[in-house]
Amino acid sequence: MPDIQQEDIKFDYKYGFSVPARYVYKADKGLSEDVVATISSYKQEPAWMKEFRLKSLAVFQSKAMPGWGPDLSEIDFKSITYYAKPIDNQVKSWQDLPEEIKQTYDKIGVPQAERDFLAGVSAQFDSEVVYENMKKEIAKLGVIFCDMDTAVKKYPKIVKKYFGKLIPPADNKFAALNSAVWSGGSFVYVPEGVKVPMPLQAYFRINAEAFGQFERTLIIAEKGSFVHYVEGCTAPIYSTSSLHAAVVEIFVHPSARVRYTTVQNWSSNVYNLVTKRSRVEENAVMEWVDCNIGSKVTMKYPSCYLVGRGAKGEVLSIAYANENQIQDTGAKMIHLAPNTKSRVVSKSISRAGGRCSYRGLVNVNPGAYNSSVFVSCDALLLDDKSRTDTYPYMKIREQKGVEIQHEATVERIGEEKLFYLASRGIDKQAAEGLLVQGFVEPVAKEIPLEYAVELNRLLKVEMAGSVG
Amino acid sequence: MLKLTNLSVTAGNKQILHKINFEFEQDKVYAVMGPNGSGKSTLGYSIAGHPAYEVVNGSIVFNNEDITEEEPEKRAEKGIFLSFQSPLQISGVTVFQLLRLALEGKVDPLELKQRIERIAKELKIRDELLSRSLNEGASGGERKKLELLQAVVLDPKFLIFDEIDTGVDVDALKIIGQYIDKIKSGRSIVLITHYNRILKYINPDYVLVLANGRLVKVGERQLAHQIEEQGYESLDIKV
Repeated sequence: MPDIQQEDIKFDYKYGFSVPARYVYKADKGLSEDVVATISSYKQEPAWMKEFRLKSLAVFQSKAMPGWGPDLSEIDFKSITYYAKPIDNQVKSWQDLPEEIKQTYDKIGVPQAERDFLAGVSAQFDSEVVYENMKKEIAKLGVIFCDMDTAVKKYPKIVKKYFGKLIPPADNKFAALNSAVWSGGSFVYVPEGVKVPMPLQAYFRINAEAFGQFERTLIIAEKGSFVHYVEGCTAPIYSTSSLHAAVVEIFVHPSARVRYTTVQNWSSNVYNLVTKRSRVEENAVMEWVDCNIGSKVTMKYPSCYLVGRGAKGEVLSIAYANENQIQDTGAKMIHLAPNTKSRVVSKSISRAGGRCSYRGLVNVNPGAYNSSVFVSCDALLLDDKSRTDTYPYMKIREQKGVEIQHEATVERIGEEKLFYLASRGIDKQAAEGLLVQGFVEPVAKEIPLEYAVELNRLLKVEMAGSVG
Repeated sequence: MLKLTNLSVTAGNKQILHKINFEFEQDKVYAVMGPNGSGKSTLGYSIAGHPAYEVVNGSIVFNNEDITEEEPEKRAEKGIFLSFQSPLQISGVTVFQLLRLALEGKVDPLELKQRIERIAKELKIRDELLSRSLNEGASGGERKKLELLQAVVLDPKFLIFDEIDTGVDVDALKIIGQYIDKIKSGRSIVLITHYNRILKYINPDYVLVLANGRLVKVGERQLAHQIEEQGYESLDIKV
């Protein structure tokens, strides 16, 4: 088989470029009270937030690294830049961005997507949201969609009520880190009964080298409302590692529904360690659609705290681990009320020595009677070098009317299937692509068409060079 | 059309086919028979280029081109089609998606879709099977019909049907048999089979008998009857 294919892999990551951005301010490498205080003063934050940051820093420093999961020992906290402010002021028009930053988003296709099918867009470049805009008719409904920094200043009451309440700094080391140095991210507020007709999208871009991006997202969906929030992420390829440690908190009030879709396509030098959690009240629905294609190591377990009667939580995920990649992903479903329902559908693909792990936790607490749990995790292995593991934990402490279903499969793309497709004229690379596409189809069909197309394209790119 | 010369094939170091010599011609139908383990399926796999079957000696020449070392997908492109004895299930992929990929750039997707629907109707394939994963929830007969459907859409010149009559009920067999008979013109058709029943609908010009990996007898239609009535032992072949 031609070696050229193997070479091509490295260039197939379409977003691996960087631009020589001029930063208004870039913090010194490393982490200290000074750095944290400087970030806060650059942002002209209220005192309570500065205090929150400094306390979080102490928590971060006192907490050990996770004692489980992938090896994170290569992360050198001293060599990371924690804050880089690319421009003085956020803009409302792409034209107003510095040329190099504008080019970045053009290449990624964000302005096009905005015109075509989004209710609003926010674009974060390293530490700050450089562009945000929402269609006027959506704003008229009372929907708030802005960067988190703005929200702290403009909507302090709401922010104070919710910020850090679902994921306190002490939750885990990376949540503490985020709480100390957070910057950017989205604030979404949907008033009672408002259904946002098109998705809101946030676009996260890391441009600087050896950089840490720590966006913070807070979504509040009031009674009976609906919103679909989509995030995409890319970064340049550098030989040094970057760190992305986000915190996402979502409050889904009674009978509201929130769908949160991620198409994560970080370059292969990014550690992606993200804490995502939702609180789901009576008859409300939370849906996480989580696609992890890129990054060096991802650890992410979107969770639903089903606190209200009849609350429903869902995690649909696709993980793809290529050479030197670890996707350690899963879901947490905590049933705290009667008649709650959770559903987890996880699809993982490992190839060229990549490793996928499904790590899931399901708790059914006493009193959560008549609840149902469905967990299905399917792994696809493209060769013998690759690996898949499943770590499903279940703590069922209520028996009355509780239904539990758990399924797990491991499938190999065998010679027989490849030959079957070859006998129809389909070469190995295309056949593997087709089989992978077919394998993820149950989850991919849940993604908006535009993203499904992108997802398929990404999978195809990742499959290129799989002939060997 | 397709010529086998001294074809010897191994699978996992075990020799399965021994020096097969035969030439298949256009506009002819061949029935390949033989006891279990005689190498019938291996013959089909070898012609289609299954990587687990290694040609250790001899050659396969298709339309004057040596394809002995050719990749299976290239053989398919040149016009060779193998219908599987046990068609595989392909999760999340419809027959349309599979054929669209196989014919990428060669056919308009809408036209392809209509062609698939038309052939499915002719073969009495349930509509829902077209929108489902290929072969998912399909009966034996339906799987074989879906193989035939793919064959018709891909329009090959040399078709091997490996036990297309196995696991198929009478009605489906009739539809399949008559359909193959209808499309045989301009092609060379090889029916690997244990039985005569499909030969009721499609008359073979020649019957080839394999035993222990050797081509031991070639005869006309009557040979198939003799085998069914009296068994392979009646053929006076050295096994």
